[in-house]
Amino acid sequence: MDRRNFLKVTGGIAASLAATGLQAKEKQNDEEFVGVLTDTTRCIGCRACEKACGEAHDLLVPDVENDNALDNLRTPSEKQWTVVNRYETDVGEVFVKQQCMHCWQPACTAACLTNAMLKTKEGPVIWREGKCIGCRYCMASCPFNIPKYEYGSWNPKVQKCNMCYDRLQQGKKPACVEACPTGALMFGSKRELMEIARVRIYNHPDKYVHKIYGEHEVGGTGWLYISGAPFEQIGFRTDLGTTPYPEYTKEFLYAVPLIFFGAPALLSGLHFLTKKDEDSEE
Amino acid sequence: MAVAVAVTGKNGLETGTAAPFKKGYKMDKKTIFFSEVKRFFKFILQEMKPRGKMLTPFNIISLPIMFVGFILLILRFVKGLGYATNLSQEFPWGFWIGFDVITGVAFAGGAYVITFVVYVMKVEKYHPIVKVTVLNGLLAYMFYAGALVLDLGKPWNIFNPIIGNSFGYNSVLFLVAWHFLLYMATEFLEFSPTIAQWLGWEKMQKILKSLTVGAVIFGITLSILHQSGLGALFLMAKSKIHPLWYSEFIPVFFFVSSIFAGLSMVIFEGTITHRVFKDKIDSKHHAAFDEIIFGLAKGAAITMFVYYFFKALVFIHGGQWSYLSDSWGIWYLFEVIGLVLIPCFMFAYGAKNRSLGIIRTAAILTMIGVILNRLNFSIITFNWNIPATYYPSWIEIIITLMIIFTEIWVFRWVVSRMPVFED
Repeated sequence: MDRRNFLKVTGGIAASLAATGLQAKEKQNDEEFVGVLTDTTRCIGCRACEKACGEAHDLLVPDVENDNALDNLRTPSEKQWTVVNRYETDVGEVFVKQQCMHCWQPACTAACLTNAMLKTKEGPVIWREGKCIGCRYCMASCPFNIPKYEYGSWNPKVQKCNMCYDRLQQGKKPACVEACPTGALMFGSKRELMEIARVRIYNHPDKYVHKIYGEHEVGGTGWLYISGAPFEQIGFRTDLGTTPYPEYTKEFLYAVPLIFFGAPALLSGLHFLTKKDEDSEE
Repeated sequence: MAVAVAVTGKNGLETGTAAPFKKGYKMDKKTIFFSEVKRFFKFILQEMKPRGKMLTPFNIISLPIMFVGFILLILRFVKGLGYATNLSQEFPWGFWIGFDVITGVAFAGGAYVITFVVYVMKVEKYHPIVKVTVLNGLLAYMFYAGALVLDLGKPWNIFNPIIGNSFGYNSVLFLVAWHFLLYMATEFLEFSPTIAQWLGWEKMQKILKSLTVGAVIFGITLSILHQSGLGALFLMAKSKIHPLWYSEFIPVFFFVSSIFAGLSMVIFEGTITHRVFKDKIDSKHHAAFDEIIFGLAKGAAITMFVYYFFKALVFIHGGQWSYLSDSWGIWYLFEVIGLVLIPCFMFAYGAKNRSLGIIRTAAILTMIGVILNRLNFSIITFNWNIPATYYPSWIEIIITLMIIFTEIWVFRWVVSRMPVFED
């Protein structure tokens, strides 16, 4: 989402906050999106992040000592916003944490017809229960298959990582970042994180593949990854392209006003043209 | 019989209790009003009573399914979508969206095509089928687009995108939802003169009739946008839909195919209606109906050819030959050649040689093709690149059948009472 769209979407909320809202709107210009950098070379697969996430959001808190969850490949679920997987690669065992990528221009927020999915001005993509009608278009659209649904509930929620949006507003870091014992996760503005990622790759050109996943993928994501193993080997799709997903529907949406006003003009024109002929025949 | 029903209905209204009020006695307005209201409800009550045989094969099959379906529907809302459906984290949309909503709306396209031909182009030949086609369209939207509500996790929030507290302007679904709603209103307006005629409200009928052309023009515009909009929903599923089906032109394909989907449905449904409701349609229309079918077949043939041509263009331009080598390729050719190009030629051949049999077969093949096409986007090729699969649960199928049967019951109720087949 670009700044202008962003203002439009957040505008409604900002307006309701009256004076403070207006101030926030003006400030936005020098605010940067935040994100997290995951350095998979530092991850030891302890899954402290999974535990911290479950505790922070009242979700499943896995029994990491005994559940042998690393034996299988998992995806985030409606009970767990983040999971760590183990991959066998050319450079040996690699652990990869998975969660919402917090795209800069997310497909889910462009899909949402009620703005229940929202790209906040700080960067995290959050879901708001009171707005959601449960159409699951966000799930159908997300290129990373992140939003999960509580199919077992009569009043289902969409479950996905919100980068601990509440904690961020209290000035804290996301729970997973705080819990990480090895510094595999780092929280900051995307600009800072990109610099750090580049420095690491530059200083250790043999240790890392020369790519930052999330720099350009689907228009850039808030969550970034660097890795020693090629990204295809550690569960990433590298065929998603660099086009932000909302772009795919943009052309259609641009055509809407053309048809919405063009078609009635043409049709009523046709109607009166044919009518005149009829009258003159009579 | 329909004529007879209409006449007694009208007589009941005009010569019954109402007649003395019209002339002579000066009753005060309040009394007239209440007696009119009373008479109205009496008429409705009388019309609500079932007519005809109850123990027909259709009733015997449909009633138990509708009953079971209704109970399952209650359970779905109590226990959640997981109880009733095979939906999963990988397949957020299943049979209800893919078949009921997306395919159902394509088949309802006949209404905007026929109203365009009759009211905008003023081709009188198709006038006899315009009312029944609009009724079919209206009911299709009420039941099939309405089926969307069953699939929503939080249907009580459905007014959020309508009343303005949460407008997601950037969403294709926002557009589609609004257009469904507005289109239902315009179709109702297009059909309303028939309802007014049934109720014996002659003044009202005239007023409503004068609004028809406006409603038709608005309705066609809305149809172009939401038929293509249903396709545009899948534009962001780029990474999930097989490349033989995915292209940036999905909205165009959805719109064009809705034309021949609608025409095939009109042929198919008209053929059945003309057998089942034989006694309600006068002989003049019976004779005219064959000519109408030949015309519709020509229309279907040409739109299908344009569709096929554009499909081939996108295929060649995209350089997709390599995708044809596996079973997806065969499936694609089966849909595009077997269920578009072949019925297209059959329509053309049938229209030229005046063969109703070939045209009807072509209509059925086309309809199967449209169903497969919509399911290919929403279910079959969706997630082709991951192991997860989806097939509908028996509950999803029973509830779908319940929706279809209920729609047919309502259709039958309306055409047995309202002057749908008259001019």
